[in-house]
Amino acid sequence: MAIKPKQTKKSPYAADRGIPAAHEGETVTRRRFMELNALTVGGIASAAFGLPALGFAVGPMLSDTTEDDFKRVGLEADFTADEYVPKVITIVDDASTASKTTVYLRRFNPQIDTDKFRQPYVAISNRCMHVGCPIRYVQASQRFICPCHGGIYDFQGLVIGGPPVRPLDRFRARVKDGLVEVGSRFSVTDALDEKYQPRDPSNRVDGLWKYLYPPRPTT
Amino acid sequence: MKLPTPPLPKALRPKPARPGSRAPRNGSQANGSVQDLRPGAANGSGGGPSKGGGSTIDREQRKEKFEIPIGIAGWLDERSGASPFARGFLYRKTPKGTNWAYTLGSATMFAFLSQAVTGVFLAMYYNPAPADAYESIARISNEVFLGEFVRGMHRWGSTVMVVLIFLHMARTFFYGAYKYPRELNWLIGVVLIVLTLAMALTGYLLPFDQRGFWATVVAVNINASAPIMGPYLADFLRGGSEFSATTLSRFYSIHMLLVPGLIAVLIGAHLYLVAKLGITAPPWLKAEKDKALTRDEI
Repeated sequence: MAIKPKQTKKSPYAADRGIPAAHEGETVTRRRFMELNALTVGGIASAAFGLPALGFAVGPMLSDTTEDDFKRVGLEADFTADEYVPKVITIVDDASTASKTTVYLRRFNPQIDTDKFRQPYVAISNRCMHVGCPIRYVQASQRFICPCHGGIYDFQGLVIGGPPVRPLDRFRARVKDGLVEVGSRFSVTDALDEKYQPRDPSNRVDGLWKYLYPPRPTT
Repeated sequence: MKLPTPPLPKALRPKPARPGSRAPRNGSQANGSVQDLRPGAANGSGGGPSKGGGSTIDREQRKEKFEIPIGIAGWLDERSGASPFARGFLYRKTPKGTNWAYTLGSATMFAFLSQAVTGVFLAMYYNPAPADAYESIARISNEVFLGEFVRGMHRWGSTVMVVLIFLHMARTFFYGAYKYPRELNWLIGVVLIVLTLAMALTGYLLPFDQRGFWATVVAVNINASAPIMGPYLADFLRGGSEFSATTLSRFYSIHMLLVPGLIAVLIGAHLYLVAKLGITAPPWLKAEKDKALTRDEI
């Protein structure tokens, strides 16, 4: 079989390519020009409705949706330093019962607590750090236990068993006018020495992992 | 000695043509009561009116089988050319040895159609607001006429569709039907499986009961476990960092508009490629050698 001769480069001029009625120096034929026009106009028209619609859909990804304000959960006298008291707070608007979450609260106890957060109260989020099931504090064993996949946390919320990847999240807590108030959620390292913007359950925050699970605009 | 063939019993003898039947058995043209009245329809097939001879009659009869009667169907067909297309699609050749496993694809498609139809009607009663979703589903199940049945079809049909689509994939895989030139169709099928599972996931939340809610929380957090893109994907699904009212309406919209549209389009492409490329024979069937060709080769 004969090898095809390598095609010589086409001339940029329409006249050289044998296109009828090409005028002198013409490089883009009228037909090609109209094609490009139609594509451009169609593209602009599609983008004009497509891009705003897309932005509308991804909008909530780009704005902070968490609430920063503190919510009162009770009097100081309601809490002790060696037992957790569950309190229910609302963390998002208008999702009915789904917008509520449980917080486990107790007074900071220097004999037990090793964290460096300097909060007068320890406020533990009930969201399991495996895939987000609600954990439960079991008084008898002084452990937080997740019903879904068997995650177990100790009295401070550190992982001592099962699949969770980091200690339980906490809430900001303060005392104002004798009332205990709970604010926004934050994530913590295994050593309980650093706070992070809240990450999703299943995301590690220690070491290099924090670069694989970056902070998002929503939190 | 050869006995004469006994005459056929009366019941088995060919019946005389009814007056006015379209293809009279005695071969006489046009006893005229019912005839195609379109100009040129009766004798317009190029060869002119049949001048006797069995083959012409055969051809006429065969042609007649496919002829569209006058009326709405004929009117539409004349203007759209649908019947040659439908004939090519529905009467295309299939290889020897095709069996029941080849029906799994259509079975999946019918499962999808049933989901689409029941879903449209469920949407007439369903209310995707966190406070009302569960109540509206309970109303469908307990009060609406046939509501329990239609919702049951949708609920069980979703499982049926997932099972069928995987069986269909297994058939394609084990029969080697994904090989050249059908790789593109395999890829479209894989996308369809992913979309079907997306339907199953988003539909699970909609009753807004404890099971659906926590299953969705877990599923979204599993999405979030993918490095770098995962947390953003989770934010997109939830419409924010926390599960909220937006999440439910978002899942509803994905479940009943976005994904079904994509599935319908891709099923169209899938079917087009099936019709264009033909279906594969089962792998245990050897290709038959053409005897004439073999003799020529010798």
